[in-house]
Amino acid sequence: MSAEHSIAIDVKDAVKRYGSFTALKKISLSIMDNEFFTLLGPSGCGKTTLLRMIAGFEDVTEGDIFLYGQEIANLPPYQRPVNTVFQSYALFPHMTILENVGFGLEMRGKSKADARKRAGEMLEIVQLSQFSQRKPSQLSGGQQQRVALARALAPQPKVLLLDEPLSALDLKLRKAMQLELKHLQRETGITFIFVTHDQEEALTMSDRIAVMSAGELQQLGAARDIYESPRNMFVADFIGETNLLEVSVDQVVNGRAICHLGGGHELTCNQVDGIDVGSKVHMSVRPERLFISQEPTESESLKGRVLDNVFVGTDITTIIDLADGPNFTVRTSNSDRGNKRIFEPGNEVYVNMELGAARLLVD
Amino acid sequence: MAAGATGGGSIASDTYAETRNWLLMPAWLILAVLSLAPVFLMLIYSFLTKEFRGGVIWEFSLAAYDQFFFDRGLFGDEPPKIEWTYITIFWRSIWQAGAATLLSLVIGFPTAYYIATRPAHVRPIWVFLITIPYWVNLLIRTVSMKFLLRDQGPLNDLLISIGLIDSPIHIVNTDFAVQLGLFYSYLPFMVLPIYAAVERYNFALSEAAADLYANKWVTLRRVLLPSVKSGVIAGCILVFVPSLGSFLAPDLLGGAKNLMIGSLIEEQFKGNAGNWPFGAAASMILLTMVLIILMIFARQQAKAQKAEG
Repeated sequence: MSAEHSIAIDVKDAVKRYGSFTALKKISLSIMDNEFFTLLGPSGCGKTTLLRMIAGFEDVTEGDIFLYGQEIANLPPYQRPVNTVFQSYALFPHMTILENVGFGLEMRGKSKADARKRAGEMLEIVQLSQFSQRKPSQLSGGQQQRVALARALAPQPKVLLLDEPLSALDLKLRKAMQLELKHLQRETGITFIFVTHDQEEALTMSDRIAVMSAGELQQLGAARDIYESPRNMFVADFIGETNLLEVSVDQVVNGRAICHLGGGHELTCNQVDGIDVGSKVHMSVRPERLFISQEPTESESLKGRVLDNVFVGTDITTIIDLADGPNFTVRTSNSDRGNKRIFEPGNEVYVNMELGAARLLVD
Repeated sequence: MAAGATGGGSIASDTYAETRNWLLMPAWLILAVLSLAPVFLMLIYSFLTKEFRGGVIWEFSLAAYDQFFFDRGLFGDEPPKIEWTYITIFWRSIWQAGAATLLSLVIGFPTAYYIATRPAHVRPIWVFLITIPYWVNLLIRTVSMKFLLRDQGPLNDLLISIGLIDSPIHIVNTDFAVQLGLFYSYLPFMVLPIYAAVERYNFALSEAAADLYANKWVTLRRVLLPSVKSGVIAGCILVFVPSLGSFLAPDLLGGAKNLMIGSLIEEQFKGNAGNWPFGAAASMILLTMVLIILMIFARQQAKAQKAEG
């Protein structure tokens, strides 16, 4: 085992079936040591099932799971050196905060005094020392969340599993906890596996993201790659906002495809692997990669008319209708509004993008 | 709106309290007529003088309590000694009821846990099945129990036919038979409250314990049991209290030498040989003991709840 870039969790061809229902269809993925890894997908995609299989709460129908090279799929949860932060926190209601945090340490054979001492240190890290003698019900949701985190980290697990731990918090607290978690992960050097359905949360926190849907892995990669180079329609649609249009491929030149949008509009798109000339495929372009102008520019320009402007705080979203063609959503940042002209509904404008901003997708 | 409501607050709450008291009348009435009045009557009877053919003479007397606790010889003229007969019967009753309660807990807890962990739509079926024996009269059930357990009964026949024993085990007329009878009589009272508690239990807590390196036994002891404690205590009370005063199972399954307090009281009111004040006094002593036990439980519950905040 090399110290750097060793594999923390290796999932090999894992299948999970409940009767005739298949929750996971042959998933294989490797999670690196010291990585903030996120399983992202809509509810029912199998992400929590996979996490629970790693924790040991669900058995593996087929396939293997390795923890630093050791096969763990058949071990009961209490023999796996991984700990979980539960969505409902699952704090023991009859124990004090200190007893909660010390529980895992005590179970690992630490003396009561040692467990208490270490639990006290963990509570200091999450800034809850003054609550150590309280019961969980006397704490707010955010505080309970931090206790759950301290409790799971106290036995120094090799991997920390987090099952949508922030979903019950309000937006502001959630944002603060996202940063705190990221920070904690860097400080402890423990591998985090984070499950969420919130794509923004995943993008904010993760080193790498596995996007899942219907029990299958859709794409695995760095947060930025997944956002900028979605591999298929599901990923493009699920991660961030996008303009998703059906186009027909006219010709392929120099690794780029010239496509028809309908209504005589033409656009050059990137990513032509597995794309046949003459076929109908989907194309994705992010709204923030588009800009509006009065006159056509040297970039890719499409003529249209402004339908509506929607103010969304940091941005203005403009919907543009191409003549006889599809609609485009354009996002204009409010940061330098002095330089930008806001076009009113009805204005004749051009939608522009750099070459390569539009990407073709396999279905 | 808000100002009006605050202004009329005191009047509104007065009428509210009045209405509430009226609506609670049936409950108060039932409590008074069916619970407190009989106990009060019993209390009075225990301080009266016995009539030799049953019934009472309306004359104040401590004779019943004296007879329970003290032995003054055959003619009542010797110096008083402690009378152990009835205290022994009491003690045996507590022991028998305690053993039956423990048996119910050991069998009832896993049963309740099993039912509570079935899919939601089959749980009512299990609860229903548990209560089915209750459609049959207790006397008939206890007699059937005797039939099952007797030397030539189905249980012994079965054990002999599979070669586990050579000759029948004598179960009827033993303490164990009484415990079995009480256990069978009151098992659902153990299962149902525990079932209700386990059904409310957050099973993520068990997962969290397992995740934190606690094996199943430790999880049961340190997480599950403390969480469903109220159900367990309720079940124990509901089995222990009626077992203590029960007379059917001891009479039918325990034989004459295993007299329990319930049978003792029953005898005092049966036929012409009875002693009503003595039966009433024994009932009052039993009631006092049950109340003391319940109060200890209640105080511990309150203490635990206070600690949990």
